[in-house]
Amino acid sequence: MTDAIRISTLVKSFGDLRALDELDLTVRTGEVHGFLGPNGAGKSTTIRVLLGLLRKDTGDVRVLGGDPWRDVVTLHRRLAYVPGDVNLWPNLSGGEAIDLFGRLRGGLDPSRRADLLERFNLDPTKKCRTYSKGNRQKVAIVAAFASDVELYLLDEPTSGLDPLMEAVFQDCVNEVRRAGRTVLLSSHILAEVEALCDRVSIVRDGRTVESGTLAELRHLTRTTISVETAGPVSGIEDLPGVHDLTVDGTHARFEVDTGELQRVHRHLAHLGVRSLTSAPPTLEELFMRHYGDELEPAVTGEATAAVR
Amino acid sequence: MTAFAGTLTLTRLALRRDRIQLPVWLVGLIAMAMATASSVTGLYDTAQERAAYARTNVTSVVSRVFNGAVTDPGIGAITMVETFGLLAVLTALMSTMAVVRHTRQNEETGRAEMVGAAVVGRYAGLTSALIVAVGANVVLAVLFASALLANDLPAEGSLAAGAALGAVGVAFAGIAAVTAQVSESARGANGLAGSCVGLAYLFRAAGDGLAEPGPSGMAAESAWPSWLSPIGWGQRIGPFHDDDWWILAVYAAFFAGLVAVAFVLTAHRDVGTGMMPVRSGPATASRGLLSSVGLAWRLQRGVLIGWAAGMAVMGAAFGAVGHDAEEMLGGSDDLTDLIGRLGGGGSLIDVYFSAMMGILGTVIAGYTVQALLRMRAEETGPLESVLATAVSRPRWMSGHIACAVLGTVVLLLLTGLSTGLAYGIATGTMSDLPGLMAAALVQAPATLALAGFVIVMLGLLPRWSVALSWAGLTVCLVIKQIGPILELPQAVMNISPFSHVPALPAGDVTVVPIVVLLSAAIALGALGLRAFRRRDLAY
Repeated sequence: MTDAIRISTLVKSFGDLRALDELDLTVRTGEVHGFLGPNGAGKSTTIRVLLGLLRKDTGDVRVLGGDPWRDVVTLHRRLAYVPGDVNLWPNLSGGEAIDLFGRLRGGLDPSRRADLLERFNLDPTKKCRTYSKGNRQKVAIVAAFASDVELYLLDEPTSGLDPLMEAVFQDCVNEVRRAGRTVLLSSHILAEVEALCDRVSIVRDGRTVESGTLAELRHLTRTTISVETAGPVSGIEDLPGVHDLTVDGTHARFEVDTGELQRVHRHLAHLGVRSLTSAPPTLEELFMRHYGDELEPAVTGEATAAVR
Repeated sequence: MTAFAGTLTLTRLALRRDRIQLPVWLVGLIAMAMATASSVTGLYDTAQERAAYARTNVTSVVSRVFNGAVTDPGIGAITMVETFGLLAVLTALMSTMAVVRHTRQNEETGRAEMVGAAVVGRYAGLTSALIVAVGANVVLAVLFASALLANDLPAEGSLAAGAALGAVGVAFAGIAAVTAQVSESARGANGLAGSCVGLAYLFRAAGDGLAEPGPSGMAAESAWPSWLSPIGWGQRIGPFHDDDWWILAVYAAFFAGLVAVAFVLTAHRDVGTGMMPVRSGPATASRGLLSSVGLAWRLQRGVLIGWAAGMAVMGAAFGAVGHDAEEMLGGSDDLTDLIGRLGGGGSLIDVYFSAMMGILGTVIAGYTVQALLRMRAEETGPLESVLATAVSRPRWMSGHIACAVLGTVVLLLLTGLSTGLAYGIATGTMSDLPGLMAAALVQAPATLALAGFVIVMLGLLPRWSVALSWAGLTVCLVIKQIGPILELPQAVMNISPFSHVPALPAGDVTVVPIVVLLSAAIALGALGLRAFRRRDLAY
């Protein structure tokens, strides 16, 4: 299988700001790929380069086997885009906007359009100026999924949708996945990414810091263990890969590098386990670990304030 | 007074946002006023020359329609005629745009919502916008009066002239306060207020065109239509002649009335809405919309229809006045002299029409610039979604350019047609109609050359394109209107494409300038397209 998107060492600067700093990203054909990162990490910039809206400085970018800057028109017939901040024409109706985007992309399926309008509960006769943010988002989502394309570029597509509509959106993504299409999903909603994505890339400051399946990424992080033993807890602090240990008599709580889990289990077995809970790392923790140093000062500050 | 809570803070915010824009307006207007005033003083420094100027003004409808009626043959009154008309229009636009910027534009972008959620009264936004606009006009009035004083003109007249100019600006701030409530978009509010400026200019021109000559033959009294125009009131103050200060009370009443209406409208509507109810639209798009050119037409047609209505009225008014002009022209020596200077070979009425078409052509370029700048508005809005479809940048841009160019040609032809029809009905013969349509159409190459400049700005300097494009048009207008009186060197006059247009119907059609202007338009347009294709989208 080929790759739908292949980016290597992509650099894009705006003046002094290096928005993308040798970013790498590979999205395989047929997968749903999660694109994670804090605000300003370069997710939207990357997607705009993929769309030929921004011109790369250096690096190599291939989309569906083509050059996104040069082959704009031919590539865009094969992909659909949902921006994070949907701008529409205030005096056009939602239905007109959907038809227009569909036609300009090369046509849309009328029955699929009707079906999506119903599922998303969107009134197409309303003027775009009267739509809320969530409804504008729906217009772009309906226009994208009503088109028969190979690649969907979704830039925080569900910001502003309610949980019900979020579920409908996830159904749509699963449908196109089953049809063998490729999806690049930039998102902040980690539950959404965990539910939908086959593989995930995490970017930060314009660089990819982690990329792989969720299982692979979990392997790189720590499992939280809470244990109660028959005798006093001892010797855990000497084990490799153990962090943040707190011991209170027969009770201990710590984090352990997932790769060292086996050795820790063997040690605990010797102590006589009475109860044990082991929590695999959530995507949240994964995420936090990569941005932890940004968050830590704030957290510490809060804690200090709470003590006072 | 809780309805006004936060006014002071919002005023400071508005001043902060305008810290470059308003000073540029004020400095530009005053520089123009000073240059014209000192040029007038130099040109008419003897009583004889001043008398000749006044006689020409009294006998020439053209001169009065464009500049206003002279109230006496003094240097102060002549300076008023030569400076006030254009300054008043530009001051009016400065005011309306400032008010809309700090009212409806804030609502449209959602800023007003965020501000409104703070401790801010219902009337605070509108009040702060009016404070800024009125303040700018007070400063302008003081500067204009000082500029005239510095030119050794009498103190009372200078003060009256300053007050008149400031009062025009204040009146239009009041008009914009109302249009900002009525229209749901900033573009619409500016358009409505701009039409009011155009209407005021038209009534002023009609009143001055129909002015009665005084017994001396060196002064003329504007006819009643100029009472319908806030610009006309300013002239009727008669600085350096009567100094009728009481007319300021008319402005005060007008402004107070409009502001009261605006406050009532603000109190009776929701934030973000206009006065017109929002209707629902079609559930599916018609075939005509489903292409990039169809979309461009849909976005641009409203503006074109508005302009078409305005230009039809304007053309008809100038055409109808043409007949009166012909009757009044008679055998004035000064006028023959004037025609000699203009270099036209045709009859007096032909000279009138060629001068008028020159002005109308420059005015219609306002539509061309506005239509092309729609592209910039799209770029900061929905354009990325459009370019994410299979529409290439050149195709998207050429759709908008096609609408703007065809719209310009339609407006020119329509202006020629309505002028010719009105003139034909007044004189009873339609024989001049084709000639007048040709005279209108011959403005197109110059307008298109300016369009080329706008497209280059959009391609090369997107973030500056709006300001630079309007500045380009203003330069053309200034050169057209006061270039001759400033005795600008020919090299400077030649900057404006409108200086190269053959003066039809008085002159002959000359091919070279038309070909050169069209080639320049095409070359600039191609350069702009190429630059746009090669740059990042500028959000």
